Amino acid sequence: MSETRTGGIKPKHQRLVLLVIALVALIGAGLLAAYALSNQASYFYVPADLMKDPPEQGRAIRLGGMVEKGSLKTRTDGVTIDFLVGDGKARVPVRFTGITPDLFVEGSGVVAEGRMEGQTFVADNLLAKHDENYVPRQMGDMTEAQAKAVVAETK
Amino acid sequence: MHAFANPARFLRLARWLMPLLLVSGLVLSMGAVLYGLLVVPPDRLMGETVRILFIHVPAAWLGMAGWSTIAIASLVELVWRHPLAAIAARAAAVPGAAFTAICLATGSIWARPTWGTWWVWDGRLTSFLILLFLYFGYIALSGAAQRDMASGGGGNRITAIFGLVGAINIPIINRSVVWWNSLHQPPSITAGKSSIDGTFLWPLLIAAVGFSLIFGGVVLARMRTLLAEIQTEARLRRKALG
Repeated sequence: MSETRTGGIKPKHQRLVLLVIALVALIGAGLLAAYALSNQASYFYVPADLMKDPPEQGRAIRLGGMVEKGSLKTRTDGVTIDFLVGDGKARVPVRFTGITPDLFVEGSGVVAEGRMEGQTFVADNLLAKHDENYVPRQMGDMTEAQAKAVVAETK
Repeated sequence: MHAFANPARFLRLARWLMPLLLVSGLVLSMGAVLYGLLVVPPDRLMGETVRILFIHVPAAWLGMAGWSTIAIASLVELVWRHPLAAIAARAAAVPGAAFTAICLATGSIWARPTWGTWWVWDGRLTSFLILLFLYFGYIALSGAAQRDMASGGGGNRITAIFGLVGAINIPIINRSVVWWNSLHQPPSITAGKSSIDGTFLWPLLIAAVGFSLIFGGVVLARMRTLLAEIQTEARLRRKALG
């Protein structure tokens, strides 16, 4: 605890320098580790990943992307649906039997848990992905331009 | 700043600042949350569940702000050995953990109707759960260090180092939705831009200010308690020795 001068450097400054060096090393290590995790820590594959590097048939994976507009079709049994999941670069046909979450609609995000069977992704479970936009219901029915005008007014 | 490192001066300041922060924080956050519950219109997709935003998001910010407080106070403690820094770091742990737990609980309740699941192991949720466990570890360690200090050990320094090392999780939480595909949505509010409509954004910001004031008030209250405990202990020891 003694604040004596050692070789012209105050112990206080020595501690500061040592701590800053330790922190920089620590943050560097953390960022490197996070960077190395980049693919393993992802929660799902996007369609482009599946096209580039197809997973084994039947291996349990998750597929995430947008439900393509106009692609959602219900089969005659009433509970099986077919739709396309796209990410702007590629698209994968998905089949699912069961009850879908409320937020599952065409044009919104989805994460499907299941496996590839041939060229089709067979899903056991669907999770709806909400995007970062929060818009009141009245404005959801407006066109983009109208909504922008309202937002501009309320700002 | 050196002036406030003096415990006596700090106590005089804290005596009137603490109730002020707590009362104004309660008024602001209750107002914003009630406004969010009763007045704000439902969201286009999420419907009524959007109202949980006004608790979930401020709680998340404060969970992270709590650990940032611990980290900064730990740094000050290690470098400048300010007597109040260790106490400030210890005081921030319990409210920080409480806000983290609130964030996880409300998030889970929101996720069930929105995503269709209570919990997923994606980057954001996992790193935030780790934050809660870091808080538990910190609270246990600082308690043990306190007993160690009473018997003449240097346990406070180990607590401070843990507080600094744990801070690495904060940028990871922040970036988790950007680096990795996750079920949790990417940030809505980024430097100067917001994809949250004004109707939701204003009550959210007011709630965040209110929650922050409550957090500050609780930290001050706990610092006063910890200082009083240290004084009592010192007095008892003097009595026992004298």
